[in-house]
Amino acid sequence: MHTDLIVVVPVWVMLAYLIAGVCFILALRGLSSPESSRRGNRLGMIGMTIAVGTTLAIHEIASLPEIAGAMLIGGGIGLVTARKIQMTAMPQLVAAFHSLVGMAAVLVGAAAYLNPEAFGIAVRITPIASPSIISIFPQSRIEMGLGVAIGAITFSGSVIAFLKLNGNMSGKPILLPLRHVINLGTLAAILGLIAYFTQDQAPWVFATVTALSFAIGFLLIIPIGGADMPVVISMLNSYSGWAAAAMGFTLHNSAMIITGALVGSSGAILSYIMCRAMNRSFISVIAGGFGAVSSGGEAAAIDRPYKRGSAEDAAFLMKQADQVIIVPGYGMAVSQAQHALKEMADRLKAEGVRIKYAIHPVAGRMPGHMNVLLAEANVPYDEVFELEDINNEFAQTDVAFVIGANDVTNPAAKTDKSSPIYGMPVLDVEKARTVLFVKRSMGGVGYAGVDNELFYRDNTMMLLADAKKMVEEIVKALG
Amino acid sequence: MDFISILSIFVLACFVGYFVVWSVTPALHTPLMSVTNAISSVIVVGALIAAATAGSPSSKWLGLVAVALASVNIFGGFAVTQRMLAMYRKKDR
Repeated sequence: MHTDLIVVVPVWVMLAYLIAGVCFILALRGLSSPESSRRGNRLGMIGMTIAVGTTLAIHEIASLPEIAGAMLIGGGIGLVTARKIQMTAMPQLVAAFHSLVGMAAVLVGAAAYLNPEAFGIAVRITPIASPSIISIFPQSRIEMGLGVAIGAITFSGSVIAFLKLNGNMSGKPILLPLRHVINLGTLAAILGLIAYFTQDQAPWVFATVTALSFAIGFLLIIPIGGADMPVVISMLNSYSGWAAAAMGFTLHNSAMIITGALVGSSGAILSYIMCRAMNRSFISVIAGGFGAVSSGGEAAAIDRPYKRGSAEDAAFLMKQADQVIIVPGYGMAVSQAQHALKEMADRLKAEGVRIKYAIHPVAGRMPGHMNVLLAEANVPYDEVFELEDINNEFAQTDVAFVIGANDVTNPAAKTDKSSPIYGMPVLDVEKARTVLFVKRSMGGVGYAGVDNELFYRDNTMMLLADAKKMVEEIVKALG
Repeated sequence: MDFISILSIFVLACFVGYFVVWSVTPALHTPLMSVTNAISSVIVVGALIAAATAGSPSSKWLGLVAVALASVNIFGGFAVTQRMLAMYRKKDR
């Protein structure tokens, strides 16, 4: 005898989940401009409240205190973290959050595997004179398997990304021998086991899929170097979405499917934008190894002559300028120089200098990282420009002030075909009358491991110091 | 819902996502990531179903842990997005 365990979902419930999904679409739509973004975020919260409220309303809750406890603990940790986190640490935080989505997907998948009746994804088969068997629908097994696999990859991949971004692990790529063979083999094994899972719902199949997926997430991210982190973090963002979508398929829940598709596409588009901004193919980023060997000639490069300036020189040059374009990079974030930089800009504005900011898409460790830091320092967003909107202006600019950026200003990307960053769109800072380049020392190279031609140009003045200290000294010199 | 309706929702939502995300201004890409993080925690729906159902204690506990993890993301994700978005100001003239 077969007992179909599909739960009939009332229409209002489906509508509620649909409304939640629409709220999430509008939340992302709001981000098309800063003015509408805050309303968008509120709609996102409303959508989440509807989804959670609906779920709680239609299920008989056998364990309300425990659920409330779990939400309080989780929510408390989340709120405190959100309030305390420094804006410079956003990439790590986002990586950590991705790992939680991944883990939650794995746990939900495991819970659904252990108790499929609760999710309405199984039939109870009761043969005569023997105990009944609960058989999960084959289609649900595939969805569940994929959801758990993507979730596990998201989790372990994000943990590695977090460790690299947080500095607990070196940003240098770790290259295992035969890693492509190992990775492809593991992926094939996962897919094969998911296919086999439709024939045999034994616990070992489920457990092996999960374990292999955790392993592949780890293996995929360790060979990827620090410079490629903006792609990795966007890619994991995408994965967390696909994991949610796969779970949505399992649970027949439209809110989850819509959200998963949105987040999945969002991460994929961001990965594409980041790859394009580095002139790398997605495959070559995933294959990893970039930045493992710094190109030769580094020692020779240090001996080349360059002009060194002081804070006073920089202050003098900028005071005389009509327009100064500030080019921030990851180094600004590391030394927390954004507030001092804003003060410098304010002093210069008081002297009648026009100030603009130029942001390269991969400046920082995640998409949009620099914009957030400048916003934190109260820099108005209409003074901040993207690469393609400002690149023509360097030629009519008196001073380009490069602070903590390196590879994204390297003219070799336009001229030197042998350079690893050849073809990458860069900011044309060298076209400005004077380039002020704030850098800790002449020794270090950028993340791509290449020397920057810009340092040795006639119109470049190197300001060698910690970014924040240098800016503070310039502020002092401006009086 | 049958598989085809679900698949239709999914495919159409992918297209919606594609167009909506391309319209996001690059200046807000970091908040985009944090808010997509928060909304992808709608997976909490599955966690709640597991946690709410009596019957399998192990499934219930897995569900409860998932509820806690997803809650970190929901509350943390929306709160940090709100904090960031509050910082974006225009030039006061």
